[in-house]
Amino acid sequence: MKTLADLRRGESATIVRLLLTAEVTGRLMEAGFVPEACVTLIHRGSGGGPRVYLLDGAEVAIRRELAAGIQVEQHP
Amino acid sequence: MTAPALTQVTAAPKLVAIVGPPNCGKSTLFNRLTGLRQKVGNYPGVTVEQRTGRMQCRGARVEFVDLPGISSLTARSDDERVTLNILHGRMPGLRRPDAVLLVLDSTVVDRHLWIAALVLKLGVPTLLALNMSDELHQRGGSLDEGALSEQLGVSVQLISAKFGHGLEALYEFLANLPNQAPRLQLPILQNTPDCRRWATRAADRAGYRRPARSVWTTRLDVLALHPCGGPVLFVVLMIAVFQSISALARPLQELCERAVQLSAALVSAALPPTMLRSVLTEGVWPGVGTVLSFLPQILILFLWIGILEDSGYLTRAAVVADRAMAKFGLQGKSFIPLLSGYACAIPAIMATRTIENKRDRLATILIVPFMTCSARLPVYTMIVSAFVPERPLLGPLVGSRAAAMIGLYAAGFVGGMGTAWLLRSTVLRGVPSCFLMEMPPYRWPSFRFLALQLLDRAKVFIYRAGTTILAVSLGLWLLTHLPLRGGHFSRIEESFAGEFGAGLAPVLKPLGLNWKVGVGLVTSLIAREVIVGTLGTLYGIERPAQSGDLATALQSDLTAGGAAALVVFFAFALQCVSTLVVVRRETGSWKWPALQFIYMAAFAYIAAWLTNHLVTAVFG
Repeated sequence: MKTLADLRRGESATIVRLLLTAEVTGRLMEAGFVPEACVTLIHRGSGGGPRVYLLDGAEVAIRRELAAGIQVEQHP
Repeated sequence: MTAPALTQVTAAPKLVAIVGPPNCGKSTLFNRLTGLRQKVGNYPGVTVEQRTGRMQCRGARVEFVDLPGISSLTARSDDERVTLNILHGRMPGLRRPDAVLLVLDSTVVDRHLWIAALVLKLGVPTLLALNMSDELHQRGGSLDEGALSEQLGVSVQLISAKFGHGLEALYEFLANLPNQAPRLQLPILQNTPDCRRWATRAADRAGYRRPARSVWTTRLDVLALHPCGGPVLFVVLMIAVFQSISALARPLQELCERAVQLSAALVSAALPPTMLRSVLTEGVWPGVGTVLSFLPQILILFLWIGILEDSGYLTRAAVVADRAMAKFGLQGKSFIPLLSGYACAIPAIMATRTIENKRDRLATILIVPFMTCSARLPVYTMIVSAFVPERPLLGPLVGSRAAAMIGLYAAGFVGGMGTAWLLRSTVLRGVPSCFLMEMPPYRWPSFRFLALQLLDRAKVFIYRAGTTILAVSLGLWLLTHLPLRGGHFSRIEESFAGEFGAGLAPVLKPLGLNWKVGVGLVTSLIAREVIVGTLGTLYGIERPAQSGDLATALQSDLTAGGAAALVVFFAFALQCVSTLVVVRRETGSWKWPALQFIYMAAFAYIAAWLTNHLVTAVFG
């Protein structure tokens, strides 16, 4: 299954589940990364640096490794 | 200054807590309500700043406490723990607030409304202030306050703390604080996704229309977060910050120094040659005066950081710097304190408070003193101008002296980053931190707010110069003048400090250094550059400012290897009592500053020893 880290700039997806430790999952959920949320990648940053996603009208930056732990279903 | 003062007033004013997530404009509202009637202290036992202030509201006296931002009701950082303890009335020395002003950013209400559900459950009378209404309307968003108020069972008010809109309703609430919160029919929310679903539904029912994305933010971020353009912009801005600090602060600092010298001369002219005069002109003025002369530099740095922070760029800078920092086990947020460390380690260490991961914060605090602070410059200049002949190295622009200085700056940086890596793979080992940052849109900084912040910083700095640093200066003065010999003070070489310095001679010999430098190292604990004055005194030079004489004396007394060892020692050693005191305060124990001091001294000693042998082998 695709993860948030696989999105390209401008692409959107719906979060399916988070495959991370309980603590990190808790933090991400509080920041809005909950199942069913719709997320768009708006800035990729350089190389493996943090990426910026748009969710609920806010822009949130997370590291690539975290994004790779969030499974998504990409919108066509 | 301390919390109990709040509770001991007889006709106690009502205590109102200002609560909200980070970046919601909470502090702007606090400043708007209290203006200059505020004070900053520390909560007892923890290193979280306590900001309190008061206002008269239609005859009612209200005391505000600006609580650290919370992003949930789970305590993750010291900051969040303090907020929760206060809201639950579990904070020793501070009673439970009589009411809460809950502040949320109106441009992302649906994202943060779930925090309202958690706060309202506490059963304290609450007013929900939805801030930044100006932006909400400007970007085409809207919300029915009445409908939201009906759903939540508390008053809801759209405000703009920046422009002072909508505050009437706040005053009304503050003047007639209810004694009890109304009973609320809030759903029982089990987990975060449920909370968020409830919040979205509540916002929907209140006719919330989310504003369009800020056009300027989108445009600027295309550059600021561009894979190549972002880092370039970052580097250009950092160079600009450094340039402006050296261009603006240097003259101001010289002005301050001249004022210090002039006032010292006045004092010494006005007083008879007694012990008091000696204490004042040789102890207090050099110690406190030197530290105070760094004030312009520190304020300019804080002004820059304030502008970058309030405009929203600092979060972008942290994102851009994160990748490079991660290689050394740090994170994007560590970059700001490290930048400040080039001016002075003290404000830099205070700036680490924004890092919520404890290990990251500690690692950052421990490596900040490796950054070449401005107090090292006079020492570098003294040695480099005496021992490095000026020769063009890379064309006419970079001479051999400039190259030596750049080398010393680089050495400090490399030492710091290496230490960060070492710390994160040993004592501070842990899972890589979870870097997560919500990025606010770009905004014009409010100058009123910037000015208040600077005033705050200046007050804290001057207060410290007048207490801790004054005490240290006096102590060191005593050590350089006692014991009394035949009713007179000792000459510096016969004083306790002199004897201690001389005792250091065997330890310093392998570095190619002698007892005079040992005495200088002891006095440099007041402030690093004091060693210049001490060496001047020891070589019998009246005015060490005329460095020509000092250079000749140094050349005849020290070998090239010894001189190189001395600057390398200064590059790595933590000879600054004020820094140690601040580290103690920020980490809560003497364990970390002690470890830091010993580690850096050992690091510096070994590096200086190697340098001495290397330079002697090559040039000797």
